[in-house]
Amino acid sequence: MLAFSMTSVIAFAMYLVLTLFSGNVGLWSVEELIAGAVLALVAGWVSRRVLVGEHERGTPSPWRMLNPLRLLLFSAYFVGPFFVALARANVDVAYRIVTGRIRPGIVKFQSGLKTDLGRTLLANSITLTPGTLSVDVDDETGDFYVHWINVTDPEASAEAICGSFPAWARRIAE
Amino acid sequence: MRFLIYVLVGIGIAANGLGAFSLLRFPDVYTRLHGATKCTTFGSIFTTLGVIVYGFARGGPAYQTLAVHALIALVALLITNPTGSHAIARAAYRSGVKPKGAVVDRLEERR
Amino acid sequence: MIVSPILFFIVCAFLLLFAAFGMARIALGPTAADRVVALDTINTLVVAVMIVLGAAYDQVVFVDVAIIYALVSFVGTLYIARYLEGGL
Repeated sequence: MLAFSMTSVIAFAMYLVLTLFSGNVGLWSVEELIAGAVLALVAGWVSRRVLVGEHERGTPSPWRMLNPLRLLLFSAYFVGPFFVALARANVDVAYRIVTGRIRPGIVKFQSGLKTDLGRTLLANSITLTPGTLSVDVDDETGDFYVHWINVTDPEASAEAICGSFPAWARRIAE
Repeated sequence: MRFLIYVLVGIGIAANGLGAFSLLRFPDVYTRLHGATKCTTFGSIFTTLGVIVYGFARGGPAYQTLAVHALIALVALLITNPTGSHAIARAAYRSGVKPKGAVVDRLEERR
Repeated sequence: MIVSPILFFIVCAFLLLFAAFGMARIALGPTAADRVVALDTINTLVVAVMIVLGAAYDQVVFVDVAIIYALVSFVGTLYIARYLEGGL
């Protein structure tokens, strides 16, 4: 029930953002508000098991992302370290496209992340940042197999491959 | 304001062009994914930012709606693009494509 | 009028030229995975083109279509990847 109402609220917020500036009740028209409420209830019922998982013993709560501190951290991460790394990644790839100087290989490192959300966040960050591309994740141990375009050291640590990202992912999502 | 839009759109075109060019330049699937994913994501962020700035600068409900919707499209791209590229990389590896000229392949050693 | 729509049309011309590179890779690509990479790139470029065209024609509908296209093409990519893995 809690999952259903939460999903509905998020769907309704999404609908409100999409129909901004449509009328004069606040920023919305009455028709849009009614249609949005009905559609949000339907969407919330259909996808109630998708967005919020079951709470199993020994795992972090599925509600942890409601904590405003985590959302704030996520925003800070996104505009700060992540965006800088994304810009650097493009300069790096540009350099390699022009010179053709590559030394590819697939390396492995231990992330120590346990939750799906944390792993997803880390894998996406790795893919968009300089020289690395996540290829596979070991479901049990949380080991990441990363395609590295310029291997300097086959036994490199997580620190050398992706800097502070695992620490950020742990702070945000676990 | 006009100058800002020119700069954003210019960066976007340059990055997108680089990404598309890397498709032809690099030797195998994984290195192509590097160029294609990073550069097209970065480039699309910047062309879309150009549109967002344009929408807010024009003002009025119609153009602000344009900007807000462009922002949502940007978020959708940002979430889906790296995930899709990870899926392709994994599928390529499992379908038997080996990284060309790899100096080390830990995933091979696991199997 | 802040910038002329012609700017946006020029941007679209460039992005579609880059999509042609992807087409070349789809035609050449030795393996299926290469072709999927090129297809994914073209999808991203098409989304960018739709957003820019929305500004050029002052039509919000184009941007709405771009949102849906981004999400649906993502599902398509996932299914092709799943098929290549042999899980389908």
